[in-house]
Amino acid sequence: MKLAYWMYAGPAHIGTLRVASSFKNVHAIMHAPLGDDYFNVMRSMLERERDFTPVTASIVDRHVLARGSQEKVVDNISRKDKQERPNLIVLTPTCTSSILQEDLQNFVDRASTISDSDIILADVNHYRVNELQAADRTLEQVVRYYLDKALRQGNLNISLTDKPSANIIGIFTLGFHNQHDCRELKRLLKDLGIDINQVIPEGGVVENLHQLPKAWFNLVPYREVGLMAAKYLEKEFGMSYISTTPMGIVDIANCIRQIQERINIWSPTLLNKKINYEPYIDEQTRFISQAAWFSRSIDCQNLTGKKAVVFGDATHAASITKILACEMGIRVSCAGTYCKHDEEWFKEQVQNFCDEILVTDDHTKVGDMIARVEPSAIFGTQMERHIGKRLDIPCGVISSPVHIQNFTLGYRPFLGYEGTNQVADLVYNSFTLGMEDHLLEIFGGHDTKEVITKSLSTDTDLTWNSESQLELNKIPGFVRGKIKRNTEKFARQNGIAEITAETMYAAKEALNA
Amino acid sequence: MSIKISETLTFECETGNYHTFCPISCVAWLYQKIEDSFFLVVGTKTCGYFLQNALGVMIFAEPRYAMAELEEGDISAQLNDYQELKRLCLQIKKDRNPSVIIWIGTCTTEIIKMDLEGMAPKLETEIEIPIVVARANGLDYAFTQGEDTVLAAMAHRCPEQYNLINKKKEVKKDESIDKFSSIDTGRKKTKSITNSSVDKMPLVLFGSLPSTVASQLSLELKRQSINVSGWLPAQRYTDLPALGNGVYVCGVNPFLSRTATTLMRRRKCKLIGAPFPIGPDGTHAWIKEICSVFGIETQGLEEREQQVWESLRNYLNLVRGKSVFFMGDNLLEISLARFLIRCGMIVYEIGIPYMDKRYQAAELTFLQTTCRKMCIPMPRIVEKPDNYNQIQRMRELQPDLAITGMAHANPLEARGINTKWSVEFTFAQIHGFTNAKDVLELVTRPLRRNNNLENLGWTNLIKEG
Repeated sequence: MKLAYWMYAGPAHIGTLRVASSFKNVHAIMHAPLGDDYFNVMRSMLERERDFTPVTASIVDRHVLARGSQEKVVDNISRKDKQERPNLIVLTPTCTSSILQEDLQNFVDRASTISDSDIILADVNHYRVNELQAADRTLEQVVRYYLDKALRQGNLNISLTDKPSANIIGIFTLGFHNQHDCRELKRLLKDLGIDINQVIPEGGVVENLHQLPKAWFNLVPYREVGLMAAKYLEKEFGMSYISTTPMGIVDIANCIRQIQERINIWSPTLLNKKINYEPYIDEQTRFISQAAWFSRSIDCQNLTGKKAVVFGDATHAASITKILACEMGIRVSCAGTYCKHDEEWFKEQVQNFCDEILVTDDHTKVGDMIARVEPSAIFGTQMERHIGKRLDIPCGVISSPVHIQNFTLGYRPFLGYEGTNQVADLVYNSFTLGMEDHLLEIFGGHDTKEVITKSLSTDTDLTWNSESQLELNKIPGFVRGKIKRNTEKFARQNGIAEITAETMYAAKEALNA
Repeated sequence: MSIKISETLTFECETGNYHTFCPISCVAWLYQKIEDSFFLVVGTKTCGYFLQNALGVMIFAEPRYAMAELEEGDISAQLNDYQELKRLCLQIKKDRNPSVIIWIGTCTTEIIKMDLEGMAPKLETEIEIPIVVARANGLDYAFTQGEDTVLAAMAHRCPEQYNLINKKKEVKKDESIDKFSSIDTGRKKTKSITNSSVDKMPLVLFGSLPSTVASQLSLELKRQSINVSGWLPAQRYTDLPALGNGVYVCGVNPFLSRTATTLMRRRKCKLIGAPFPIGPDGTHAWIKEICSVFGIETQGLEEREQQVWESLRNYLNLVRGKSVFFMGDNLLEISLARFLIRCGMIVYEIGIPYMDKRYQAAELTFLQTTCRKMCIPMPRIVEKPDNYNQIQRMRELQPDLAITGMAHANPLEARGINTKWSVEFTFAQIHGFTNAKDVLELVTRPLRRNNNLENLGWTNLIKEG
């Protein structure tokens, strides 16, 4: 048992439901007790979805506990089949139902014989994988199911499209800025003269999945979801995939170069020419995207060497770390992720771009780390935003889990060249503005409120005499807490009980030394 | 129209495929109500994820609740439940030192048959903090019924009422109550009490209300010279009211039937069956019923109710003649429907997760008389509704307002049906004379909002076909 207050990634079935409800005309039936259909609320509220979420529950109640589901699940499936005529019904077990160990596959087999829809059982272990892993697995499962089916029916068409084309894999509902990212990726590919073969799962049609192999390559923008499907397609159909996240100027260029490589495998024979994207990359980097120019401008100078902490899912935390360190000259004191299953990859990605790496799914550890590091800004999830609020440190939200305010109506991609502008704005606005920073330091701040400790730890036994208190009040508000904590730390180390102005100066010197 | 609206109350029961909150959500308001408590939800990631999403920002305020998250080892019994719970509870004791720890049993603890009730007394003596066990799981209960299970468990922990006059006890022996059939519903039983002083008859109210609302209701009763001797739950666990033979109890919420049963059968209290104090009509009837049991003539109650109706006039003009459809998810539906009918609305359907016809008897009768009085057809009451069917019915009926869960609100709005989230009624202050306005504030909000947007021409926001 684990004492837990909060978690970064949800339970497995949420991942499955996110994939299922992203496809068009796919219905998920949860084998779950009353109240577990909370997913519908999230989708309806966070995504402000206009349509009814295609998820229903086959309720597990006392009777089911006593006698088994018997006809209930099969009835629910065939009922849904008649009501909505979906292409596919995904039977989804939950934590609770997986302990019951009912033979759900048997229900699926029975229901298949009487309904027109395809029916599959989501194959995820609820005690071993989280939401993201389950989503990845389910997407692969759906893709595999339809390609197998096409293979059996002999209508699999693996000849490439005439023009270069790509599948985008891993855009789905409740994903962090996924809708905007998708639009931006489509624009990018269009600029490169590449057609979109299919986008899955968001808006995808399962009946068309057998045409996936027609694309020249697969693009997997996020680490968390889509890789399994891409690997499957590579293994079975020799489709290559690109999993470099096109976030930040440098990685967008990397990604485009990889695309060029893939296209040039086929294009000399199919198009009678070789593709060169370098002029495009150069044009975009220097003149279209504002981010490269911004990092050169004197505004960004003020950010040099400022400390930041990054935490989020593997994709976003790694990319943002690289952007901060390489493209903006900000010092990343700690980069971390809650994707423990992807620890190795993450470490490899950020190794040279930060002082330390934290891989944990315990938010209190992240909070302690932030309190210890005392960065000028945090880039994290909603949880880090709240930690920042408590410590009076600004925070830019860069990753799930998020609240409704992160499902913006306006266009806010994180990927592609427009994404670089958005990220630059986010970073810049999160730090205290440079000039303001200076003025505050010169004029001793503009608030004369009394000092309040905002540290996470409890108060101390140290006393400040009136002189040192006055001195402390002169320090600008946004660094005051930090100076206070440093001084107290110094005092404690040196066995000083009463803090005088001298102690403060001594502490400052000791710290600078 | 194929759906006919009948002349008497009809009860139906559908498939139970409806959306509601998991009953563990009760920790959200109970931990705030009982200030010295700590709620430990023994369950899986699914429970935790629900709580953290449903409670939104509250999670960041260092709440006095946590998950005891079951891992694979717990499910397969490789780990010892008792030792595990002891470890966590000791940690809670160290960090928070609460006066009581409440274990919330979930679906998973039911299925793996974790003996929480058996472990609690042992652990309680070992760590020296009371442990109350409530099985608020989705296998058996819906949403607000979670509070019911917690309060029923807590009723056992209330101190015994000793100071009653012994001879009175003997006199009343023949009436000792352990059956529902003996609920006090009218004046007929008041004779035996009128001789003794009212002050000596303790009245305990049950149901968790914000403390301001609780004091408002106590004050209303005080005006009729009735002293409320305690509330279940009280602001602190250490202040739980005394219960026992001769104590009168009365519910303030319609979802507390288990608590009522426990109070009657196990604590030998006398239940006053009354409509619930929601809306001025409900509050009036509730006070009147209590007074009649205590043999008191009410003073100025009629005028008080009239005053409140008077102050609601602007809202009433908005709702009069409009129709409502309750999809049902929190068991407040009957009382709210009754109030809205009295306000002049037409109720097509009252969906409700569970209908205890005995505990809600007075409320149901009141609903019927209200319908007759307002000359409005009786609504159908649908227990364990089927949301899919309800949406089909709504498509035909086109109600002016649907009171529904958050899963359906946005999709219905996109189809041009005004909605109000039912959850808000659970969290808002809706009891007593003072708060009648708040109920109508909630009900009329979508109507007022849409009056403002009416002429823009975009009520239907989905593509046809």
